[in-house]
Amino acid sequence: MGNSKNLKEKSIETFFSSVSIITLLVMIGIFVFLFITGIKAFSEVTFGDFFLKNIWNPNSYGKPQWGILSFFVGTLFVVIGSMAIAIPLGLASAIYISEIATPKAREIIKPVIEMIAAIPSVVLGLIGLLFLSPLIAKIFGLSSGLNALTASIIVGIMALPTIISICEDVITSLPKDFREASLALGATKWQTIRMTLMPAAMSGIMAAIMLGIGRAVGETMAVLMVAGNSIAMPHSFFDPVRPMTANIAIEIKEVVKGSTHYNSLFAIGLVLFIITFLVNLISDIIIENHTRKYRW
Amino acid sequence: MVNSHIKQVIYFSLFGMAAYFSVMALIFVLFYLILGGGSVISIKFLTSMWVHSDITKGGILPAIIGTLLLAFGVSVISIPIGICTAIYLNEYAKDNLFTRIIKLSIRNLAGVPSIVYGLFGLAFFVLLLNLGTSLIAASLTLGCTTLPWIITASEESLKSVPLSFREGSLALGATKWQTIRTNVLPHSLSGMLTGSILGISKAMGETAPIIMVGATFFLNHLPTSVFDKFMALPYHLFILATQHASPYARTYALGTALVLIALIFLMNLSIFIARYRIRKRKEW
Repeated sequence: MGNSKNLKEKSIETFFSSVSIITLLVMIGIFVFLFITGIKAFSEVTFGDFFLKNIWNPNSYGKPQWGILSFFVGTLFVVIGSMAIAIPLGLASAIYISEIATPKAREIIKPVIEMIAAIPSVVLGLIGLLFLSPLIAKIFGLSSGLNALTASIIVGIMALPTIISICEDVITSLPKDFREASLALGATKWQTIRMTLMPAAMSGIMAAIMLGIGRAVGETMAVLMVAGNSIAMPHSFFDPVRPMTANIAIEIKEVVKGSTHYNSLFAIGLVLFIITFLVNLISDIIIENHTRKYRW
Repeated sequence: MVNSHIKQVIYFSLFGMAAYFSVMALIFVLFYLILGGGSVISIKFLTSMWVHSDITKGGILPAIIGTLLLAFGVSVISIPIGICTAIYLNEYAKDNLFTRIIKLSIRNLAGVPSIVYGLFGLAFFVLLLNLGTSLIAASLTLGCTTLPWIITASEESLKSVPLSFREGSLALGATKWQTIRTNVLPHSLSGMLTGSILGISKAMGETAPIIMVGATFFLNHLPTSVFDKFMALPYHLFILATQHASPYARTYALGTALVLIALIFLMNLSIFIARYRIRKRKEW
């Protein structure tokens, strides 16, 4: 009796632990499939040509070229631009929500931010395409508003909820003593925020920024619709760009599977995977150190 | 002293403006969609088949059905796996290497770009498993995308059940599984399901992966098997907005976006209401 009960308990635990292995398998699966397909591209392209040349011309009859540098720079433009918008806005919003807002204001703003997170990127891309890009073109006197700046604004708005909610969690979770001690010493509320809370929350904020960067790197639909998609090397935020994600989305439907073109697109996917993996890992390490340092 | 007070007022109003920027942005998005696309919304638009030759003649019924079928498929695949994984991690797992690796892969999966899931789905489900570009391949691909969100939401719900519930049951001689079944799951299942549905609503807006694994712009019939291709709202509006020649295409893209957003927000709203009710019932 006791034995069969034990057996049942044991098998239930085994069931749950085996199901949880699926997550690990998916993770490994993604890496393996990107790797075995992507690596084949390098039998025809050298690493140097792939990463350091900026000419991508898969359909050339003479000699196709596979340099992803301009895509990488495109991604970089969108990441820098979107973070220049999302970090100040996000941090300021998080401070407002956690320290300044009345409970009532908080009850309005927090669900709104969750709702922004629920807007599909293709819908924000649509608004970028129909509303923002003509506006940008008009303001700056450009022939087309489909460029890195427009993409940065849209992606910045998309990264906002990630940055706001993590920063807010971090600031809210700081112990009450911090605030009370500082206020008791005669500091104003702003001085308390700036000199006591911000330094203590800094590592958590860094982690939030890393996750925001991860989102911006991986964003596809919005940049596909508003970034302009030019394969030329961009020189300013007013140039059209084609980030790595957009290039995969544009070309994957037309390639012959097993061709160098197909393999190269997987190699770009592998680069994206490695970047987001590293960004996540760094943010993990930061959070780990943060919780260890402030074990209150 | 006065100086530092003025500084505070200036900074705080700046922060307030930043926070209300989000509110304004959301209101703007909704108004833009309603004003731009509201005019095309009609019973016919919502309930008739797509007419490829003239976009003003037909409706987006197949895209709505495709998106709902996809949401159903994703739920069937990822909710059971996600909930079981969360139960394991929160109730059984010891702090060892295995647990740490599983947790690390969940966090990383949450950060993998959706287009990379699309490549994986294309290479594995579509080509290697030979499922073709189909509803099932798309459901499996998006099932992988949503898995980390569902696990995280479910874990949160399990964590909200007080430890004393488990201890009381174990102290009375119940086994671990009896404790989970009778004292943990009844208090956390509704939370796990609402969290999961939020994840599914996010998946309904995913576009990049389904471009590669099954969505199509035009289908003259509704999908009849899981191996059929399907139309989907986000892909439909993307093509209308970027690759369609009709002068009405943009208005119809906005109308389609409005339907998609309405669907997603309705799901979110019902979850908020359900959660509010659940919270009110809880007494600890």
